[in-house]
Formats: sequence, structure tokens, C-alpha cells
Amino acid sequence: MPEASPATEKRFSLRRSVQKVVDFTEPAIVGLIHLCGWSAIIFVMAIFFFVFKESLPAITGIEEGDAVHAEVVKLDLVEFATSPKWIPESAKRPTFGILALMVGTLSVTVLSMLIAVPLGLGAAVYVSEFSKGKSREILKVLIELLAAIPSVVWGFIGLVILNPMIVEVTGEPVGLNILNAGIVLALMSVPIIVSVSEDALRAVPDSYREAGMALGANRWEMVYKVLFPAAKHGLLAAVLLGIGRGIGETMAVLMCTGHSVNMPTSIFDPVRTLTATIAAELGEAVRGDMHYHTLFLIGVVLFAFAFVINLTADLIVKGIKVQGNE
Amino acid sequence: MSSQPTNPFAETEEERRGKLVENLVGISTLLMTWLLIIPVLAIIIFLVYKAWPALSIEFLLDNPEKKMTAGGIWGPLIGTFFLVLVSLIIAAPIGILAGVYLNEFARDNWLTRFINLAVVNLAGVPSIVHGLFGLGAFVYFLGMDRCLLAASCTVAVMTLPVIITSTKEALASVPMSFRVACWNMGATKWQTIRTIVLPNSISGILTGVILQVARAAGETAPILFTGAMISSRIADSGWEAMVPYGLDDRFMALSYHLYIISTQWQNVPESFKFGTAAVMIGLVIAVNSISIAFRIYLRSRKKW
Amino acid sequence: MNYQIEFRDVSVSYGKDVALRDINIQIPKNEIFGIIGPANAGKTTFLKAINRTLEFIHSAKTTGEVLFDGKNVKQIRNVYGLRRKVGVVFPLPVGLPMSIYENVAYAPRRSGIHDKQELEDIVVRCLQQAMLWDEVKDRLDMLGTKLSGGQQQRLTIARALSHSPDVLCLDEFSIAIDPVTTMKIEDVLVELKSEMTIILVTNLVQQARRLADQTAFFNKSELVEVGPTEKIFTSPDNQLTYDYVTGDFG
Repeated sequence: MPEASPATEKRFSLRRSVQKVVDFTEPAIVGLIHLCGWSAIIFVMAIFFFVFKESLPAITGIEEGDAVHAEVVKLDLVEFATSPKWIPESAKRPTFGILALMVGTLSVTVLSMLIAVPLGLGAAVYVSEFSKGKSREILKVLIELLAAIPSVVWGFIGLVILNPMIVEVTGEPVGLNILNAGIVLALMSVPIIVSVSEDALRAVPDSYREAGMALGANRWEMVYKVLFPAAKHGLLAAVLLGIGRGIGETMAVLMCTGHSVNMPTSIFDPVRTLTATIAAELGEAVRGDMHYHTLFLIGVVLFAFAFVINLTADLIVKGIKVQGNE
Repeated sequence: MSSQPTNPFAETEEERRGKLVENLVGISTLLMTWLLIIPVLAIIIFLVYKAWPALSIEFLLDNPEKKMTAGGIWGPLIGTFFLVLVSLIIAAPIGILAGVYLNEFARDNWLTRFINLAVVNLAGVPSIVHGLFGLGAFVYFLGMDRCLLAASCTVAVMTLPVIITSTKEALASVPMSFRVACWNMGATKWQTIRTIVLPNSISGILTGVILQVARAAGETAPILFTGAMISSRIADSGWEAMVPYGLDDRFMALSYHLYIISTQWQNVPESFKFGTAAVMIGLVIAVNSISIAFRIYLRSRKKW
Repeated sequence: MNYQIEFRDVSVSYGKDVALRDINIQIPKNEIFGIIGPANAGKTTFLKAINRTLEFIHSAKTTGEVLFDGKNVKQIRNVYGLRRKVGVVFPLPVGLPMSIYENVAYAPRRSGIHDKQELEDIVVRCLQQAMLWDEVKDRLDMLGTKLSGGQQQRLTIARALSHSPDVLCLDEFSIAIDPVTTMKIEDVLVELKSEMTIILVTNLVQQARRLADQTAFFNKSELVEVGPTEKIFTSPDNQLTYDYVTGDFG
């Protein structure tokens, strides 16, 4: 063994003293990082827990009436799911049926997808396959800008710009209806559709494109016969995420749908959505009464919708990645 | 058939049609793209045009007066600023550390899959459900009451998944070899992260974080029931106008302000509504451009 | 005899793939120990087993004992101290995205040296030893990543020397640098031998022949033969070794 020189000895002792500090902070900080890492799980469960907790009394029963004539009232779940009547403030018999609200949400979402999916896919194909360099960057920035506009501003646009335009063009007395909300929602969900489908298209290996080109296919044939089939899972996920966005959107549909509980028969009918109902009524509902708890139950329904849609989209996207690894 | 010697490279009828189709598709997808963008640009220009009479420095710096028939939007503006600031202070550390966990510590196992799934789902929860959660958890369960802190917590939870994702992306762009080099020199995992990984990704992380929180600031649904209110009296000038809300105060916010003046109140001058909307869009564009400029700047001085 | 490094029946596997099988080897102090062998023979895994960086590969499983200075590395509690005693240089140069000075001062700082003069001494000494000092002495604040590939590799060597290791492991260090610099570094290695043990993994058999005191030949995760370099290159016991060093392999 070589003799330790004074210098190395000094270094060694210094090393020791620092090591002690490190030994203490390292596990602490690593523990903190792990805790934060799990935070997403914690918050998802917390969201479900608290929203469900506040809705629970509606199912288990609430005591209503004064001290003398107290009775336990329960929400009729069958009526909740199947009745088109949403009359929460009725003095005689409040009715809590969300069928019309669901139809409202669905009709607005479906219309918006009918507009957004073709446009979004077209834009994604253009951005990914036809544009290049600077112009592609600029297009992407502009489409990102669509996503950045706050939903209340979209609502405002529907209210003050689309509304009179629809009245002008169609001759309807009021322009706040499915069409209005559908258009606004379409513009809002386009960015996510474009960016997810563009990712899916770009995930297709260039060798596919080259193979397609070598066979003499033109770019459209390549997109249609090679890229679309190869990217179909990603495109489907894009559409699903767009639907998720549509179902969950609140302020814009609150301001653009006309906000009346209604089973629509045409796209010029005003409707009301699940989200808008919560936003509009929770402020007035008294904590503890049936109306309040039922609004939270709608929240649980929305949470469940979003959960299923996102889970499906995620599984589909994971599916592509697994394929890509093979 | 032509009598000329056949040119093997001459276009066949088939190929000519193919080219035509290709051009047609290129043009029509381009049109579809512009069909999305042009109306929005037009709308923005229209908004600014209608807002023009109201837009002035006073509009930004004065408080709303007489049910928004006079004055400006200072109160809501500063309220939104504080909402963003507080939620940033809450969400950024948690989100960044969570991103560090997922990129640096997580192994490829069921727990990690579960966390990633949770992140995706958290991002997909409708904003109004976030509002319900904030009301149930922060306002009632934790007893915060409706206030700036409760609203900020709600917005923080909402922005968390995006912060996690953008952090993960920024960290993943730091080459693995840097980490290996540090480990081989006896650096601990956290030392490596602190000295190499974070310094070389922090600007990317921050761009993502600020961009997303700024977007969340435009959200209305999560703050509807957790702390936003309309038209409270706050100081018009001095220190108290700069910091008008405590953490336990209810506050004004631009998004809620626009919602109320455009749907609930009558007699608000049109230019004031348009002005508020234009200011919101202006803020969004400003934050976006800053982050784009920052991104370009970072790319120009990439360190490896 | 007290060896610097000793492997006793060491096997390493990544999941189903075996990377090292029953390796027994002794590396004496202050020697240059050459390791040759074709790709995927387990040479790099061998190095990673020494400073326990295999632990960063979750699928890696190690059996047997690796002794460092007579101590089983698995039982060394301060793994970071162990890693500081082993300097490693990998095939591809890695300049860290910080100044040249900070690149070399990184490890000393981590081990608690903050005295400016002391740090500067270390930086100068290491850069000189790695034959880089003359080229960078006027621009120590330049980013390490902006150096040329060959310079970065020498910076990597300087960094490996900066924590005064007892063992220096070089994994095909000359892949990315020109022959002249390689020669210069080879001279340095011969000088460094008096201060530390050097393990030289190389795919240039002649490099091992020039430098190594002993040479080991690895093939397909197994140690085929180990012995004094001269013997390995002139009269190996194993036909495979003979084929490899004469270039008839495969």
C-alpha cells in the first residue's frame, strides 16, 4: 500500500464531511421525486373521490322538509338516466332527467366532429406530407394558436359574431343553437386532431413512403393507400381525443347553444349540454339539497365518459407504438 | 398509336391523371388548412377592430366602474395574473419533479404504465369536473372557502399533466451519455440530475410550463365555483392596486369577467366586451410568441 | 498476493442474454491489462461490473464476486466512492455541456474540493496528462461540447483522471481519434502505469501488444485465454486466440 500523502488525507477528510451531507439529502430528494411522480395517480383518484363523494347523498338519500315532516328523498336513477325532463327548481316535483342534456352534448359533439375531422385530417395531411420548411412551421404555429384561444373567448365569438351571421343566413330568429356551438367546438377541437394525426402520419416510417414512391404511386395514392392504413390507429385516437374535448368543453357551449333543455329535431334547435348545466346551475344550487348533489352526479358521468375515451385513445396509441417496435 | 419511336420516359395517360390528382389533393388540403386559419385570423382582426374605441392604457389600468359601463379591466387583469402566479408556484415543482421521476427514475413496469395512464386521464378530465373537484376538495373538504388559493390549487391540478409531459420531453432531449459520464465519475443520481440534466433542459421545461399555465389562465370553468367573483371594490392606485387580493380573498379574473359582461349584464358598451376579449387574445398571442421566440433562441445556442 | 481487481466466477446476464459467463481473472496493481476480442464478447460489461454501473441497467443480473483491492464491490457501502476510484473512458467521446474547466473540475467538486487553487492544479494536471492542455489552455471557458471529436475524447480522459482513480478503464478509446493523438495518449498511459492500474479494452490487437503487460482474450461471453502479452501473441494455448491475434478469426 502506498503511503497516504498529507494532501490526499486532507482531501479524504473533506470528502467524508461532504459525503455525510449528501447521504442525508439524496434519499430525501429522491423520495420527494417519487412522491411527485405518483401525484398524477393521486390526483386522478382524488378527483373521482371528491366528485363522487359530493354526489353520493343523491343516491343514498337526503333528509328533506322541516323537523316535523322530515322524509328521506332519493334520486330516481332510472329517471335520471332516461327522462328528458330537467326541472330542478320545480316547487311541486323537481325532475332530474339528463337524457335531453346527453342528447344535447352528443348532438353538438357529433356536428363538431363532422366538421372538424375532415378539415383536421386534411390539414394534417397537408402539414405532414405537402408543406415543408418555413411554411410548415408557420402553419403549425397558427394551428397551435387556435388551441390557445380561451374557451370563454370562443363562446364570446359564437355569441357576438356567429350568432348574427346564422340569423342572417338561415333566417332563424336566434342563432344560438347546435350549429353555432358545433362550429365553435369544431374550431376548438381541430388543433388536437391535427397535432395527433400529424404525429401519427409522421410516425409512419419513411421506408413506407419510399416503397410507395418506388411503385410509381403519386403522393395522393401514397397517402390514401399507404399512410392512412398505416396510421389508422393514430388517426382514430385523434378523433377520439377530439370527441373527448367536445364532450368536456364547458364555457363555449354554455354561451353558444342557446341553453334550453330540449330534445332537438334539427341543427337549428337550441340545446343544453351536461357541462353547461353544471356551470350554469351549481352557483345557485344550495349545498346539501338534491339539485346540488345531482349536479355532482353529472360530474361523475362526465368523468366516466372522459375516462373511457382517454383510456381507449391511449390504448390505441400504445398499440401503434408496440407495432412500431416489431 | 403514334408512329414516333416510343419514348420510355414519356408520361402515360395513367401518370398524367395521377399527377393531376396529386395536385388536386395538394391544393384541396391546403384549402382545408386555410379554411381553419383564415376565419380565425378574420375573427381576431374583427375583434380588435370592434375593440379599438375602448383599447387604451387606461382601459388596462383602470378598475371596472358602474357595472362595467365605465373604467377598465385592471382588477380582472391583475386577478388573472395572480391566479397564474400562484398556480404556477404550486404546480411547477410537483409537475417538474414528476417529470423527473418519469424520465429518470421510472422503470418499465406496471406502475409506470399506470402513472402514464393517470397523466393522460388527468389531462382529459373536463374542466368543469376540475371545478367540481376544486369545490369539493379545496373549498369544502380542506375548508379554504372560495378564494384565490382554492382556485389556484384547482387550476394547478388541471395544468399538472401538461407540465409533467413537457418536462418529460425536455429531459428526454438530454443525451443519455451525459448521465453515464457523470455516474462513472461517482456522481449520485440526484447530483447528475441537478448538475447536468436540469441545467440543460430547464429552459425547455420553463417554456412549456409558462405556455400551459398561461393557457389555463384563460379557463373559466375551474374557477367559477372556487373563487372567482365579479366586480369587487379594489383600490384604484398605489400598492394595494398592485396586490389587491390575499390568498384567502375572492378575486376577479379576465375570463370570468368576460363571461359575465357578455351574458349576464346588460348595458355594457360593446367595445368594452370586445376590448376584454381582444386583451385576452392579445395575452395569449404574446405568451405564445415569447415562447416561440425563446424556442428559436434556444435552438440557436444549443450546447451540443 | 493482493490484486487490484479480481473476478471470481462472475457471470452477468441481461434478461435471457448472457453477457459474461464464469469469468475468473486477476489484475495486478500498476499494470496495463489488455482485453481483446470481437464485438459482443462481453468486454464492456466486464468494465461496468467493476464500478457497479451495471446497476443502472435494470435487467442486468450479476453472480459471483468482483473484488476491488481485495474487497467485494457489492459490499462497498459508498458506491460513489468506488466509482471515483475507477476512471472510465468510453468509445464515443462525451464532452459535458459545460466549460472545459468545469468538465474536469466536475468530479473533484462532487468529492468536496472547493479550494480554487487546488481545483486549478487538478484541472491543469489532468489536461496535461491527457495531452490536451496545449490546445485548450487559452480557452478553458469554452463549451466542452464544442471541441472536435478527438479533443473531446482527450477531455473525457482528463475527466476520468480528475478524481485520481486507482484504476483507469479505457474502452476502445481510440475509435474516434486520429493515429497521431492515439500514439501520444499511448505514451501517457505507459507513464501513468506507475500511478494506477490500467485496463485497456481494444479491438486493435496491435495496440494491446504494444502496451499491455498481460492480455486477456474474450469471445462469446467467455474468457478464452489470459496470459503475458508476449505469450498470447506468439504462442497462445488456444487455437481460437491464435486465429484472432493473427487475423484469421471467423
